[in-house]
Amino acid sequence: MKNGFAIFLTAFLVLVTSWTAFVLGPQLQLGRARQVAVLNSSDVYPTSRPGEAAQGLVVYRANGCAACHTEQVQQDGVVCDVVLSSAGKNPSVVSNLLATLKLSGITEEAALAAGDKITAAGGKVETHIIPTGPDIARGWGLRHSVAEDFLYDNPVQLGSLRIGPDLADVGRRLPDANWQLLHLYAPKSVAKDSLMPPFRYLFETKKIGATPSPDALNLPKEFAPADGYEVVPKPEAKHLAAYLLSLHADVPLYDAPFTPAAPAKP
Amino acid sequence: MTVNEKQIDTSCRVPLLVLFGGAALWLVVGSLLALAASLTFHMPDKFGDCSWITYGHLQPAADDALLYGFCIPAGLGVALWIFARLGQTPLRGALVPVVAAHLWNLGVLVGLVGIFAGDSTGFAWLEFPRGGSALLFFSYLLIALWALMNFSGRREGGTFPSHWFLVAALFLFPWVYSTANILLVGWPVRGVVQAVVAWWAGNNLVFLWTSLAGLGASFYFLPKMSGRPLHSYFYALFAFWTLLIFGSMRGVPVGAPVPAWLPALSAMNSLFLIVPVIAITVIGWKTVRDATGPECKGGSYCMIEFGFVAFLLSALLLVTSACPHFSRITQFTWFGTAQTQLQLYGFFAITMFGAIYYILPRAVGIEFAFPKLIRVQHWFAILGVAIFVVALVVGGVEQGLKLQDPRVAFADSTKTMLPFLRASTTGLLCIVIANLMFALNVFLMIAAWKWSVAKTVFAFVISPLSKTEVKA
Repeated sequence: MKNGFAIFLTAFLVLVTSWTAFVLGPQLQLGRARQVAVLNSSDVYPTSRPGEAAQGLVVYRANGCAACHTEQVQQDGVVCDVVLSSAGKNPSVVSNLLATLKLSGITEEAALAAGDKITAAGGKVETHIIPTGPDIARGWGLRHSVAEDFLYDNPVQLGSLRIGPDLADVGRRLPDANWQLLHLYAPKSVAKDSLMPPFRYLFETKKIGATPSPDALNLPKEFAPADGYEVVPKPEAKHLAAYLLSLHADVPLYDAPFTPAAPAKP
Repeated sequence: MTVNEKQIDTSCRVPLLVLFGGAALWLVVGSLLALAASLTFHMPDKFGDCSWITYGHLQPAADDALLYGFCIPAGLGVALWIFARLGQTPLRGALVPVVAAHLWNLGVLVGLVGIFAGDSTGFAWLEFPRGGSALLFFSYLLIALWALMNFSGRREGGTFPSHWFLVAALFLFPWVYSTANILLVGWPVRGVVQAVVAWWAGNNLVFLWTSLAGLGASFYFLPKMSGRPLHSYFYALFAFWTLLIFGSMRGVPVGAPVPAWLPALSAMNSLFLIVPVIAITVIGWKTVRDATGPECKGGSYCMIEFGFVAFLLSALLLVTSACPHFSRITQFTWFGTAQTQLQLYGFFAITMFGAIYYILPRAVGIEFAFPKLIRVQHWFAILGVAIFVVALVVGGVEQGLKLQDPRVAFADSTKTMLPFLRASTTGLLCIVIANLMFALNVFLMIAAWKWSVAKTVFAFVISPLSKTEVKA
């Protein structure tokens, strides 16, 4: 039992290794990350959140919202759809060929093979990439969350428990600031089965003055204050709503490609 | 000169009273906060008017009160005493750990108030704002330094398995806590590196620190109480190294938005935790198998045995939740909460109860006011943690299956949880009762000690001078 020193030295080396792998490693790999290009576009991603939304992140942190909400959309994989964009000079040959091929919900390899066959027959195709998985199917996001989504956030609030739904893309999903404020003040007024505690302390109930406040919430009857009173969001509530609306993880990236839905034709 | 045990125990008396007294206080506070947080699910509307009672404040505060308020100071106190006993060396300069323990308690108070005031850092298990975390860091350093000085002054040169585990725990906290606070709060790293550092630190504090400190105590008390030698030195060394290797390099959840090697490495190491689990099972089994020592009647021995089994189960839950496919189901569910509670309360806190019930009467020289309450407390603690953990493990899997099925509306997955959450609240209620009983015995012990000190001082003041002194 005289090898105390050797035992402690090896223990120390293990902890150094752990630190190198989980602190130094990620910092070297990601610490200098920059904006990246959005696929098929000249835009870069991400841009920092506008001022009000950045203040909203402070409210989100201070109230511990991450205790119940994650900001990580998960994805199982992708499937591909092959879509004919032009039939070319021999439409009948191409359409006969199309009838023999499976073109939707197929793997990348199958999509490439099918695309090659159609191109050889003179047609032109587009391949659409469609992410799959329960979170995507629920509409919580268009693709899985990636490191770039959080580049400018401090602190990064990924969360670990889904007592409430995922919020990574809530700004696209529920883009109405008034809905967000109503939901914060009285969750059950917009989501009947919600377990979320109300955040009434982010609002003020006050007597209606000479003119009603333009910010006053338009609450359903059972949640409305007494006659002559109105519910007005405090700045924190407005910031929080602005932050929620700024949560958009909805552009295709090299790490997380997908084909955006075509804009609706006018 | 041989130093007798009595002298060693007495030398630790005041630091232990401060550390264990503070721990008992925060234990009660933490479980009350957890109970309040849990009530949110049964009556969310009642929790909307004041920021101090919102779930996002109550739950982190409850977690931190348990970890920083109870687990760490209790572990430090037990480590101080075990070092003094194993090294046959009385603790010198006890004033320093006494002052440090008070500073630690102040740090916990500052941190908890900070969370409620909205100054949380926003990282799980590291929520304390800088004022609180700085106090914790420096007071920990002082106590750990005193423990290590006692360790290096031990009478025999060799080391015991308890020494390795406890020294590693003493070292681990300052290392991890300073890294995390510097890189997350002081000079924050960018983007998701923050999340990785926070996960790494959270795992190292909640899982690895408590495992090292708790097993260090178990490996001292199990042989001592069962009257059998620890089986064996080499098994323990193997368990120590494998636990450090696989336990320290994990924590990043599957599917996290970080480079894929991080979750993959974490999951692999979590699976390999089965190796130390098997080694530790063998150690425990072979040590207590032929025990002829005290019978398990709800006393210290019984608690430490239960804690030991709870550790094995908790580590097995970690292994299970790292299995491919199954990890997809359990992530983001209450399963993780159940595992943490089993680790912190079922394993660590109950082991500490056993240790403290054993140590305090010896160190203070006074028996507990209600020794029969210990047995009742033991059952309430076990019952509470069992209800809590079973409900949330089963509920968590159920919730996970619903979350993985997009045809089930999200609201239905939360509704599924309600009966399980009701059960977990009941479990928490039992835990609150157990904690109150524990605190009652500890506080009465402190009061009895203060009273005896006061009596001694008073007797000294009014005692007539002896003849020799008058002559002089």
